[in-house]
Amino acid sequence: MELYYYPAHQLHQMLVKKEIKAEEICLSVLNRVSQVEDKIKAFITLTHEQALAQAKKVDEKIARKEKISPLAGIPIAIKDNICTEGLRTTCASHILENFIPPYNATVINLLNQADAVIIGKTNLDEFAMGSSTENSAFFTTANPWDLARVPGGSSGGSAAAVAAGETILALGSDTGGSIRQPAAFCGVLGLKPTYGLVSRFGLVAFASSLDQIGPFARNAEDLAWLLNVISGHDPLDSTSRVEAPPDYTGFLVDHVRGLRIGVPREYMLEGIDVQVKQVINQALAKLTALGATAEEVSLPHSKYALPTYYLIAPAEASSNLARYDGVRYGFRAGNAVDMIDMFKKTRSQGFGEEVKRRIMLGTYALSAGYYDAYYLKALKVRTLIKQDFEKAFSSFDVLVSPVTPTPAFKKGEKTGDPLQMYMSDICTLAINLAGIPGIAIPAGFINGLPVGMQLLGKPFSEGILLQVAHIFEQNTDFHLKKPDLK
Amino acid sequence: MDTMTTKETKKQVITTSQVEHVALLARLELNEAEKDIYVNQLNNILAYMQMLNELNTENVTPTAHVLPLYNVFRQDEVGRHMPVEKVLANAPEKEEQFFKVPRIV
Repeated sequence: MELYYYPAHQLHQMLVKKEIKAEEICLSVLNRVSQVEDKIKAFITLTHEQALAQAKKVDEKIARKEKISPLAGIPIAIKDNICTEGLRTTCASHILENFIPPYNATVINLLNQADAVIIGKTNLDEFAMGSSTENSAFFTTANPWDLARVPGGSSGGSAAAVAAGETILALGSDTGGSIRQPAAFCGVLGLKPTYGLVSRFGLVAFASSLDQIGPFARNAEDLAWLLNVISGHDPLDSTSRVEAPPDYTGFLVDHVRGLRIGVPREYMLEGIDVQVKQVINQALAKLTALGATAEEVSLPHSKYALPTYYLIAPAEASSNLARYDGVRYGFRAGNAVDMIDMFKKTRSQGFGEEVKRRIMLGTYALSAGYYDAYYLKALKVRTLIKQDFEKAFSSFDVLVSPVTPTPAFKKGEKTGDPLQMYMSDICTLAINLAGIPGIAIPAGFINGLPVGMQLLGKPFSEGILLQVAHIFEQNTDFHLKKPDLK
Repeated sequence: MDTMTTKETKKQVITTSQVEHVALLARLELNEAEKDIYVNQLNNILAYMQMLNELNTENVTPTAHVLPLYNVFRQDEVGRHMPVEKVLANAPEKEEQFFKVPRIV
């Protein structure tokens, strides 16, 4: 196996034992990028020289016999809505096409302190609004398992890069499924942490009460290592949790005896592909054979998650995206007669279709006369959705469901009808509304396309989710399968 | 999971003049074709949202935020500043230490 497909934790051991150099890892990944990026198109910006310089710095540390941190010298790709000082951050939007952040997101500072090697910025749906990367203002990323299909979204570039061996690890952001859905479509692992576990400072805001940054990896241990680095309190994010997170690698034990799994009935109904259900049922059988118990549970308000989400998220987005006005940074349209005209021209020319649609929807939901009927109503239903989960977690340790109703769909298949596109996130949206953690792990294949299983837990129970993912992995080989990119 | 056909749920909730009003609030300029598209799509989406009215939420407290957090205070201390050049580095237009914009009045 080539270095670019090695697990991060194994590369770390090899670095410590001086069997390889960080520069070799970096070159392996960069060579892989040059081989397959034409097909995958995962990256908006690549850092090449900067990445190599960073890797060499790690090699010097090792040569000086300094202790290196677990992610030192490990290549990582960053979704292009996370600010990187001095490195273009576009949100896959024309309005930020040339934006060079004057500061780092907190997660980037943490990765830099850990000596991780940032190799590039990955493609996404514009401002993270979408489920396929087809809303990127620049290009669509391909699914490494079938280039005619989408990688999912919005963190499609990060998921595809991890699956294709164009990086070892990646960061994404998840507002309604944007980490878990592409992870499932690309056959990798992706974690949406509990709201408040990872600092949002420097993540370009989409829907502030739902957004979370989270890790992508090809195995549970790597996911735990990366979560260790990026989680924790940040005074720059007022919603960041004060208590220190545990060491997530401590949860990677080898049993699930006594684990109580709840299977939400509403996530296994007719909207879900029959073969996807089969994959999930087989995975459940595997977990029960390993000592867990599984029982059906009801989350009665599940069908309201989609309309609730598509009121709350666009409402928050319409407010957050008001800042793109052509004054302080980003694109400014010419030929404006006055200030208001400049705002309008800038925003109309700078934003893509889906972003404008959500701004319109959100502005409408918040506007005088409609606020109570739409936005306030949605906030109240959000309470009911959250209570469903609280009730379920009084009897169960984790909930298991599909991540998506189907495997990856074809490019262009859903672009004509926004509601159909929104439906592809039907299994993931409620989790952001409830603020709980969710992980997507490879659980099987249908006609050569990966299928993901979603594990959900109580707030701040990421450790248990990682434990279940780890044990499942120890007893299956879905996460080891690689796409054929010849 | 309900599947919906756009025909069944089509009901006029939002009109062209409302789309124009919302576009003005959102500082977006729409051409006639875009207005038609938004009238159509927003109506479909909003019709779907009507599903929420099946639920009685009279005595339900709204959740704007999932955390048990209220006010987060900090000491009012002088922090780090970004140099003006850095702040202005991305400005589409600037003059001396200021962002420059078209005339307002």
